[in-house]
Amino acid sequence: MHELSIMQSALSLALDQALEAGASRVHMIRLRIGALSGVVPDALEFAFEALAPGTPAEGAELAIEHVPARFWCATCAREFQSDDMFAECPDCHSLSGELRAGREMELASLEID
Amino acid sequence: MCKDCGCGLPGENPVGVSAHHHIGAHEHGDEHAHEHEHEHGPGHHHGHDHSQLHTHPHSHAHSHEEPDQEHAPAAGEETHRTIEVRRAILDKNDRLAERNRGFFRARGLLVLNFLSSPGSGKTTFIRESVRGLGPDFKTGVIVGDLATDNDAQRLRESGAPVVQITTGTVCHLEAEMVSRALKRLDLTGLNLLIIENVGNLVCPASYDLGEDLRVVLLSVAEGEDKPLKYPPMFQSANVVVISKMDLAQACDYNRETALANIRRVAPKARIFETSAKTGQGLDEWRSFLLQEQQARKALDPLSIY
Repeated sequence: MHELSIMQSALSLALDQALEAGASRVHMIRLRIGALSGVVPDALEFAFEALAPGTPAEGAELAIEHVPARFWCATCAREFQSDDMFAECPDCHSLSGELRAGREMELASLEID
Repeated sequence: MCKDCGCGLPGENPVGVSAHHHIGAHEHGDEHAHEHEHEHGPGHHHGHDHSQLHTHPHSHAHSHEEPDQEHAPAAGEETHRTIEVRRAILDKNDRLAERNRGFFRARGLLVLNFLSSPGSGKTTFIRESVRGLGPDFKTGVIVGDLATDNDAQRLRESGAPVVQITTGTVCHLEAEMVSRALKRLDLTGLNLLIIENVGNLVCPASYDLGEDLRVVLLSVAEGEDKPLKYPPMFQSANVVVISKMDLAQACDYNRETALANIRRVAPKARIFETSAKTGQGLDEWRSFLLQEQQARKALDPLSIY
């Protein structure tokens, strides 16, 4: 259950950015969360509901974009998406050691006023 | 609810965002009387009326003797703006981890972050590894646990200086905890720092501590499919240590399946099959550490050792 501390970090970052932009309210927080980040979106939402009250993000919507794991297959010279998070190329079945996407835990954007 | 304007924000704002600068939406002059709630009549435009998009929990308890031009923009007008941020949520931890990394490099320290489920044998493996390291290495250990310093005491049997981090309820170590612990560890002459993370196969994967190598342990008693169940952790491993090989037979451990599963998730990780009890695989592991240490020493012009 480290989602609480991850969400706390995301919220602090969001509020800092909102403050810097001269905003008084945050209406939407958009996050990008990778399949291999080890973070569960449902738990983030739960944490957000617990943390947002009393801050300028109270009542804001939390939008979480899921980023699937993508690896580079050197044999086929192309990227492949892995829905099971395993590094095996679906075409040639070789194993890839090069993760291209999927570990993201990112504050993408904010809607503020 | 805010005592000044009733807007649902607390009077004291924890992050310092002023709750009372609603960007032209409803700036109040000092002469406003804040006495009663009222229905807004026709012709009264208010910046907080765009309720189709979101609902504000606040009401507006002020009288409006001032002309309406203060209350721009008009009802229904969208005042939201989008700002692109694109920053890592753990940006702060990542930056502190990079600071740690720079500090470690400058001191010529090879730093290992040990991760596994509770009970995989991290403490015993580290203790036995350190005992046999010989004169090439001077080792220090930082160990994290929710409570007790039992592991620190066991690790001290190896002869290495040990600092305990007691995390309380926190299920992982963060870069900042490590940098604080470093102040309690005499680093003079050390060239290997081992960090034993909190026993947990999920959360610590997200937190860079500034280590050179991430070492994930898997004991033969845990089941060959564990890497498939916890891909984020195993995918992040530079080294996978299979521990408690002396129990393989008793646990019906299937070596081929276990190795195939690790490679499926972490194809690049170096794998060591070990037993801290019998010493199996420990020489190979120690030779690997020596190679890593020498490779870093040769590459790093900042190193003072």
